[in-house]
Amino acid sequence: MSMNRRQFLKIAGMSTVLGLGGVPVINLLKGDKSEASHVFVNEKALTAKRWGMAIDVSKFRTDDDYKKVIHACNSIHNIPDFGNSKDQIKWIWTDTYEHTFPTQPNEFIEESVKEKPFVLLCNHCENPPCVRVCPTKATFKRKDGIVMMDQHRCIGCRFCMAACPFGARSFNYKDPRLGLKPEDENTQYPTRTIGVVEKCTFCAERLSKGLIPACVEASQQIAKDAGTEAAMYFGDLDDPSSDVRKVLAGRYSIRRKPELGTGPSVFYIIGGDKNA
Amino acid sequence: MLEKALQGSRKYWTWIFFLLLIVGNGFINYLYQFKHGLGITGMSRDVSWGLYIGQFTFLVGVAASAVMLVIPHYLHDFKKFGKIVILGEFLAVAAVTMCVTFIFVDLGQPMRVLNVILHPTPNSILFWDAVVLNGYLGLNIVIGWMTLSADRKGIKPPAWVKPLIYVSIPWAFSIHTVTAFLYAGLPGRHFWLSAIMAARFLASAFAGGPALLIILSLIVRKLTKFDPGKEPIQAVGKIVTYAMIANVFLLGLEFFTAFYSQIPGEMNSFKYLYVGFEGHDKLVPLMWTSSILAIVSLPLLIVPSWRKKEGVLATACVALFISLWIDKGFGLVIGGFVPNPFEGVTEYWPTLREASIALGVWALGFLVLTLLYKIAITVREQTAGIEIEH
Ligand code: SF4
Ligand code: SF4
Repeated sequence: MSMNRRQFLKIAGMSTVLGLGGVPVINLLKGDKSEASHVFVNEKALTAKRWGMAIDVSKFRTDDDYKKVIHACNSIHNIPDFGNSKDQIKWIWTDTYEHTFPTQPNEFIEESVKEKPFVLLCNHCENPPCVRVCPTKATFKRKDGIVMMDQHRCIGCRFCMAACPFGARSFNYKDPRLGLKPEDENTQYPTRTIGVVEKCTFCAERLSKGLIPACVEASQQIAKDAGTEAAMYFGDLDDPSSDVRKVLAGRYSIRRKPELGTGPSVFYIIGGDKNA
Repeated sequence: MLEKALQGSRKYWTWIFFLLLIVGNGFINYLYQFKHGLGITGMSRDVSWGLYIGQFTFLVGVAASAVMLVIPHYLHDFKKFGKIVILGEFLAVAAVTMCVTFIFVDLGQPMRVLNVILHPTPNSILFWDAVVLNGYLGLNIVIGWMTLSADRKGIKPPAWVKPLIYVSIPWAFSIHTVTAFLYAGLPGRHFWLSAIMAARFLASAFAGGPALLIILSLIVRKLTKFDPGKEPIQAVGKIVTYAMIANVFLLGLEFFTAFYSQIPGEMNSFKYLYVGFEGHDKLVPLMWTSSILAIVSLPLLIVPSWRKKEGVLATACVALFISLWIDKGFGLVIGGFVPNPFEGVTEYWPTLREASIALGVWALGFLVLTLLYKIAITVREQTAGIEIEH
């Protein structure tokens, strides 16, 4: 093998995080039966009991802000663009209030909320139906609450897409590499194959390196540059002192379709300012 | 007995080659899909199941309906079904073959299909569906084959076949119940989230499957020396009638709940299917065709003096079969995806390639059916007049 041990561990660790079956590979090569956690842990990795996100769309000032946040995700995750909605792959995107919260229509809602695009992504549900229906465990829930995909195991039955009430999942109807310009490809992150399902992963690969999700980072960068408050927060919902819990404690927030009992971990802060 | 499928008239071979041609065409189109992905179909991010899964669902019903012959014959000792029960069992084999093939062509990564067994996941209904369908396929092959070869020799089938027959009865109910559970347990898909889904599935199956069987029996009588008999066909006709009434009744219940409660989520899919939703109405003509055919078939079946005329019965069965095929093989699946989780509408229509593949799967099923029926009928022709022992 031409790579050295360090490189190898890095790749194996990364693919484990991505659920690509790195552990068995390591066990096979090292010939030992150690636990996954003994194999490779980056001491800088961010950990939590239940990762969650809070989004305050009123803090997005321009269309450009949205674009930057979405682009941050699309570019690092090699999201293809086929230019049509039929084959579209979406991890994070925007839609209107009415479409985001179809079960909570309100024709007299404040103009600013009505007109403002909402940012949508997988909710990393506490009780995820997509995990429940998957016949191969290709979709599974991690101990830290992240709902993850193993694209090497997925058979492309799309049961999970029928089961997700939030339209958070995309299927690779076409070879995703065809929708990706070679110069745009991020070689640090795998491209997917035809015929499998994918979705937002809360940037699991970044968390393992001690980085917060790319969209949240972009949003916080925008706020820093403009000297305003950030629109997106990320943290451990189980920890009252986390960023996300602090914003949620001070503001009114709602979730998408809570009546379905899936327990979304993405919260939307609606109207009013801190201490309003 | 297999050799009986290899001896036939010119007409028989023309039919076989005709089917092979359609299978071949489907296969070539499938190879294209295999290479380029499911993007060649009309399915999309919003409507992620289409014709394939619809046809699968419909055919599970056809397969389950064999039980409507097995129950009277074996549980109620209704001897008149002795000759045609085999037609039901072999129809089930052909139908499950199509079901399994439809699932296979629908997969994005078909080469990984064994993952369902390698990583068994009991919380997934699809896992159970695979289990019960394959079990049912096995049961019907064994039962059909053993009883038929015993008939040929004029002896009773081995004693161990009986328990299998009894097992096959609840098993038939299970395949369609589990298939209904694929849909009925998904949060946020109002159109499918209904406790009577499995009941509706069974009712429509026990109408559509036996209707097909009547049509097949009449064709068999025309083309061969084997006569399934007037009485059994009339008895099956009654089953079709009761099941269709139950089916229409259950559909009526769904309409009531949706439109009396006035809950938008409950109403929207029905609106989309029958009158159009926010200007999208691609499926409306199809659904009305289905409804009209159902309405036409009902009186023809219900009035005894009409039903007793075989020509009328056959017409009613054809109308009913097409009606259910549209309703369950298409409307039911697409309706669940429209409107989408954002209350938006993406419409679906199968592409030519997709339809060719689906047609190929049907032809494959008819090929299996023809071969099995050829064997069964040849045996029946040879043993004409001999009492059947099971
Ligand atoms: S939002 Fe959808 S894909 Fe994400 S965890 Fe919930 S059910 Fe699964
Ligand atoms: S498409 Fe893949 S992830 Fe989704 S349910 Fe099927 S196997 Fe699981």
